[in-house]
Amino acid sequence: MSLSFTKKERLNNILFQVFVALFCFVMIYPLLWMLAGSLKTSGNALTATLIPDGLNFSNYLQGWKGFGGHSFSIFFRNSFFIAGMATLGQLFTSSFAAFGFARTRFIGQKVFFAVMIATVLLPAQVLRIPQYIMFNNWGWMDSYLPVLLPQMLPVPFFTFLMVQFIRGIPSELDEAALIDGCNKFGIYFRIILPNLKPVMVTAGIFRFYWTWNDFMTPLLYLQTVTKYPISIALRMFSDPNAITNWGAMFGMTVLSIVPTLVIFIFFQKYLVEGVASSGLKG
Amino acid sequence: MNNRFEALKDVSRIDHRIGIKKIIKMNLEGYAFILPWLIGFLAFMLYPLLMSLYYSFTKYSIVGNPEWIGLQNYLTIFLTDEKFWMSLKVTFFYVVFAVPLRLAAALALAMLFKKARPLTNFYRAAYYVPSILGGSVAISVVWRQLFGSKGAFNDILLSLGLINQRISWIGTPDTAIWTLILLAAWQFGSPMIVFLAGLKQIPKSLYEAAKIDGASKWQQFTRITIPLLTPVIFFNLLMQMVRLFLMFTQAFIITDGGPLDRTLVYALYLYRKGISFGHLGYGSALAWIILVILTVATIIIFKTSNKWVYYES
Repeated sequence: MSLSFTKKERLNNILFQVFVALFCFVMIYPLLWMLAGSLKTSGNALTATLIPDGLNFSNYLQGWKGFGGHSFSIFFRNSFFIAGMATLGQLFTSSFAAFGFARTRFIGQKVFFAVMIATVLLPAQVLRIPQYIMFNNWGWMDSYLPVLLPQMLPVPFFTFLMVQFIRGIPSELDEAALIDGCNKFGIYFRIILPNLKPVMVTAGIFRFYWTWNDFMTPLLYLQTVTKYPISIALRMFSDPNAITNWGAMFGMTVLSIVPTLVIFIFFQKYLVEGVASSGLKG
Repeated sequence: MNNRFEALKDVSRIDHRIGIKKIIKMNLEGYAFILPWLIGFLAFMLYPLLMSLYYSFTKYSIVGNPEWIGLQNYLTIFLTDEKFWMSLKVTFFYVVFAVPLRLAAALALAMLFKKARPLTNFYRAAYYVPSILGGSVAISVVWRQLFGSKGAFNDILLSLGLINQRISWIGTPDTAIWTLILLAAWQFGSPMIVFLAGLKQIPKSLYEAAKIDGASKWQQFTRITIPLLTPVIFFNLLMQMVRLFLMFTQAFIITDGGPLDRTLVYALYLYRKGISFGHLGYGSALAWIILVILTVATIIIFKTSNKWVYYES
């Protein structure tokens, strides 16, 4: 009886492994196809095979040259600058605001907190046109201000998560620090901030991803090629009406996702825990 | 008022002499901390939203000033704008198919990964990768080639004998939207992880009791797993719906709304009309309409949730 049970278990395990592996292959196929395409000779880049006809790293060199005399080094630098600033800014301001909601008392606190929660589900897209008019009137066109500033401010969802997190930190720690002569700012920097690490990592990764992948904001506000981030550059570079060098195009798409993948590999644990507890997505 | 009393009580706990200075100081501290959020909310959300409400009643293009025309924009949109209705139709079609497909895949895989088996951690991570890359221009560009007439998808179908000539999946009116739906469904990683977290919360004892009572796997799934998972399903449904409702990048890059406007999703129409064509007043009206639609949809989901979401209490 017990023998047949383990047999069944073993069979289940094998079936599970086969199905999951096959499905995983199908899932990952577009990514492998992109990688293979970047190594194939240009005429064959679009064929279904995942085994490249040789290793044409020259595609990468070709692609890196970019277009109109602007190489991809400019676009990567811009993207790192924008995503880096947005991440640092948002982590600081979100945690700051969260501390305000969780650990200080002021008139109107409950109202403001409710307003913040209410904006969690407000999609950024409905604000595009009004913001566009506003930034246009303010003369912010073709500058990094509209691309950076709104993204450096707190995301309601992360602020809410951080408030929950801070509420879980014993307030005795604050009181002890207060007795030792710390003011509120000291408590934020010395007690709360160091304890926020897990939620900060999650929020930071997502802000980086979102900004790195953001396409619409720079599309609306940036007009000078040398200011373009990688998302806009890639779209221009891969214009189906203009491009014939598919190998180079695949090369640049591969490079454009490398930072995202590297961060994912290093911070997977935090990311999965963050998603599990909050339901965020990439 | 209530807050003020609480604030007073709070101060009095630490210092029995309640000074007005102290209260002012506390308030200033509080406001100093929430200031970044407050600025962001007032300057980048509330103000533009209210201004666009005003602009939606005007004729306003980038050059020139807003000119009050009352309800004209709204009337034009509802009565004569065929593209508006088309984009609504396309968006609803997309959401109605993409959200359930994404959630079904997420739940199915979460069920498979519930039990710890060799390599599950690796697979969970691998299945999550499309979710973090899916919104990127890179994936959209690859998708465009993958489902183009020269692309690999045709090669695969041809070699399997399922089709006998190459089809431009993104260029055919009836199939184009499905390439976008497939892309959305492909990114089921994060709802999957949320489901996994939810599944872990269900007490094992319930399943053991059900087994003793002779319940089949399917009965266990429909009678225990699904009911106890409804709060998580509700959460995933709401988040994914709001998210997919205003998809833009993928439609813009892969199909650019075509062919025959069959992938003209709302966010894309909004962008074209409001910004590419520079009809700012008209675009503002379009933005407000979708805001109202989304709010109503969210309220409906919330209201009906009382009927199907089971909370243990």
